[in-house]
Formats: sequence, structure tokens, C-alpha cells
Amino acid sequence: MPQVTVTVNGQAHTVEVEARTLLVEMLREQLRLTGTHVGCDTSQCGACVVHVNGESVKACTLLAVQAEGAQVTTIEGLAAADGTLHPMQEAFREYHALQCGFCTPGMVMSAIDLVQKNPQGLTEHEIREGLDGNICRCTGYHNIVKAISAAAEVMHGQRAELAPAG
Amino acid sequence: MYDFAYHKPTSVADAVKILSEDPDAKPISGGMTLLPALKHRLNRPTSLVDLGGIAELKGVKREGDAIVVGAMTTHYAVATDPLLKQSIPALARMASTVGDTQVRNRGTLGGSLANNDPAADYPAAAVALGATFITNSRRISAEDFFQGMFTTALEPGELLVAVSFPIPEKAGYAKLRNPASRYSMAGVFIAKTAGGVRVGVNGAGPGVFRQTEMETALSANWSATALDGVRQSPDSLNSDIHGSAEYRANLVEVMAKRALADAG
Repeated sequence: MPQVTVTVNGQAHTVEVEARTLLVEMLREQLRLTGTHVGCDTSQCGACVVHVNGESVKACTLLAVQAEGAQVTTIEGLAAADGTLHPMQEAFREYHALQCGFCTPGMVMSAIDLVQKNPQGLTEHEIREGLDGNICRCTGYHNIVKAISAAAEVMHGQRAELAPAG
Repeated sequence: MYDFAYHKPTSVADAVKILSEDPDAKPISGGMTLLPALKHRLNRPTSLVDLGGIAELKGVKREGDAIVVGAMTTHYAVATDPLLKQSIPALARMASTVGDTQVRNRGTLGGSLANNDPAADYPAAAVALGATFITNSRRISAEDFFQGMFTTALEPGELLVAVSFPIPEKAGYAKLRNPASRYSMAGVFIAKTAGGVRVGVNGAGPGVFRQTEMETALSANWSATALDGVRQSPDSLNSDIHGSAEYRANLVEVMAKRALADAG
């Protein structure tokens, strides 16, 4: 069986997989990192989004072996060791950017990639466009967009702390 | 999906060797189409040859009056490349509308072109810009490369290495996306090139095609009024649950005007 060596959330793992094992299957079933969800399994819903070498990808449409040597970050790897949430996680909480929560890990991972790639800032329209690969079936997009906008200010150093939700 | 053997060569020569020795081996680039197809068991390759480890397949460079894009360059890289944004901004803008963010981070220009999905974006640009396809063994013109739905001139064991896009005077693109699949219902790429105006259409027919009546009209008069008299025939266009051939024919006319406005 192929072996794959990846660094997940800063920790190196060498895992035996089948060539056909998806990255999301390896993360959930072998590394027990079940924060990454499988929604549609057809690369549409975005519940499985993780970062591979800093870029958001759908882990249901990537083979584990394709991630050989990569740095993978999942939702479990965002908070600091002392439990301090990432500004994007904190913003999702403050702005109540979730209802059932199923899409949330993927939303947060996509949102971080979106904000990091746009240091000049994002309009509401650009945030909505940037989330085109993530589906929230509670249709809770409104607060998600607000949360991302607020988190972007903190991530880009424009505010030290999150603006409180109105 | 069925299991397969997995190879990750580091050179084009090694990849071609594996693919030549086994007719049932398949190359995988971004995998954005191939992996969903394998999940549905539509395909059963004996092995996948991952092109992700081949550095010579990536990157964008200028060669004379053309921009050469490596086959493994991702849509995101095409969309954000400074050279492409300056030389062929319509191609960069097109790349920024392929699929969604995560698809653009993994999917590649070469993978999309070699797959030749009738609704994919790049084939219209390649045809309109008069691109040349560079493989491990030869150079192929865009018209010869695309041979109908999901079919190209690539021989078994032949690998697309790069695509050379001549820099146009002006170019523009517009499409109507299917709101669910994000694929083009009809997309039109218009390029004003040294050899005249060329118009490529995707999404509407069973494969990419040139709209020669629009080319003639725009070559004579580069303005929106020139398109007023040109009708797209619905004959041989796609008719399915997403839209009739007549609807798509109308979309081609509308998208052509938008593409022209995009070209400026």
C-alpha cells in the first residue's frame, strides 16, 4: 500500500493509504480529524475545504497521495495551543455566522484563504463571490459575510479586536 | 472508485514513458474532472500518472509575440499572473471565472484543454486567440486540437506540455453560467488579432466552434452595431433540460455583444 507523509496542523504523519483514498477520508478516518466534513462528495458544497500548502482545496476531490509532502491545515489547526480562537472563528461566533454548523468548518477555511489573498480588503460583493464554492443549506449567508468582513479587519491589522456585532 | 496504481514522475519524459507502456494508464493534473468521474466509476484506469511533481509543466513566460502557459499552471495562477494580466487580460479574467475558488486552486489550464468539455471556458479562448498546443512530440493548432466533445488530437501516451497564446490587439469574453453547475451555457471569446477577428464559442454546441459570420462582420466593422445583423443558427446547438437550442443561439448573440464590450 502507498505511504503518504504529510504535516497536518504542524504535526508530521506517515500514513498507509490506498491510492484511491481521498484526502478527506485520510483526515477523518485515519487521523480522526472529523472537523472536516463531507457534505456532497461531489466537490460542490465546500464542507470539506482544508488548506494544502496555504491554499483552500476541496479535500473530497484530492487523493491523499497527491498531498505527499504537503502542509495541511484543518479546522482543528486554527486555534492557538491555549485555545484562543483564530480571528475568523471568533468572528463566526460573535456574528452568529452559523445555524446548524455543518458547513462552518469549510466556510471558515475558505474565508481565511479569501482574506489572505486579498490584503487590499474585500467588499461585501467580493466576499459573496469568493464563497461561491461553499454552500450553507440553512442559507445563513448574511451573517457569514458580516463575520468575514469583521475578521478581515483583524487579520489585516486594521483593528486589534473584532468589532462587536450590532 | 476502483483502486489503481499511482505514479508521480518528476519529468515529462518519465511521465510519457509510463503512459506509453500502459494504454490504460491516465495522466492526472488537477483532477477536478477526473476524480469525480472515477468516483462514478465511469473510468477504470490501471494507474494514474500524477503530473503535479513535474516542475517544467508549470509557469507563464513570454516568447516573442506570444505568452506560453505551462499545462500544469492552475486557473488561479493564470488569473493572477502579472504577465498575462498585462498581455492578455481577457484570458486572466476568464480564468478567474472557472468553477469556484477551490477548483481554481487545483484545476489546471492543460487539464481543462486536454479534457475538452464542450462547456469548459478555455477552448473558446484557445480557438479565438489562435493558440498553438505544444506536446512532448509536436505542435498542434487549436482548430486541429479540438475534435468534438471530450476528444482532442492527443494520441495515447502524448502529453500536453504548454499552450502558446499569441498576444491579441484586443480580446474579451462573456458567458452565462449555469447557476448550479457553474459551467457555461454559452460563452463567447472575441479576439482582434494580427490575422483578423476570431470568435470562439463554448457551452452552446457539442464542442467549441468558431462563429465565422461574426468574425466577418467584426473584421469589417469592430463595433456592436456590426453584430446586430448576425444571427446564430440553432441548428446543431445543444438542447437539454437547461435550455433549448434556440435559447442557446440567442445567448450566443447576447454574449458576443458582451464579449465585445469586455474587449473595449
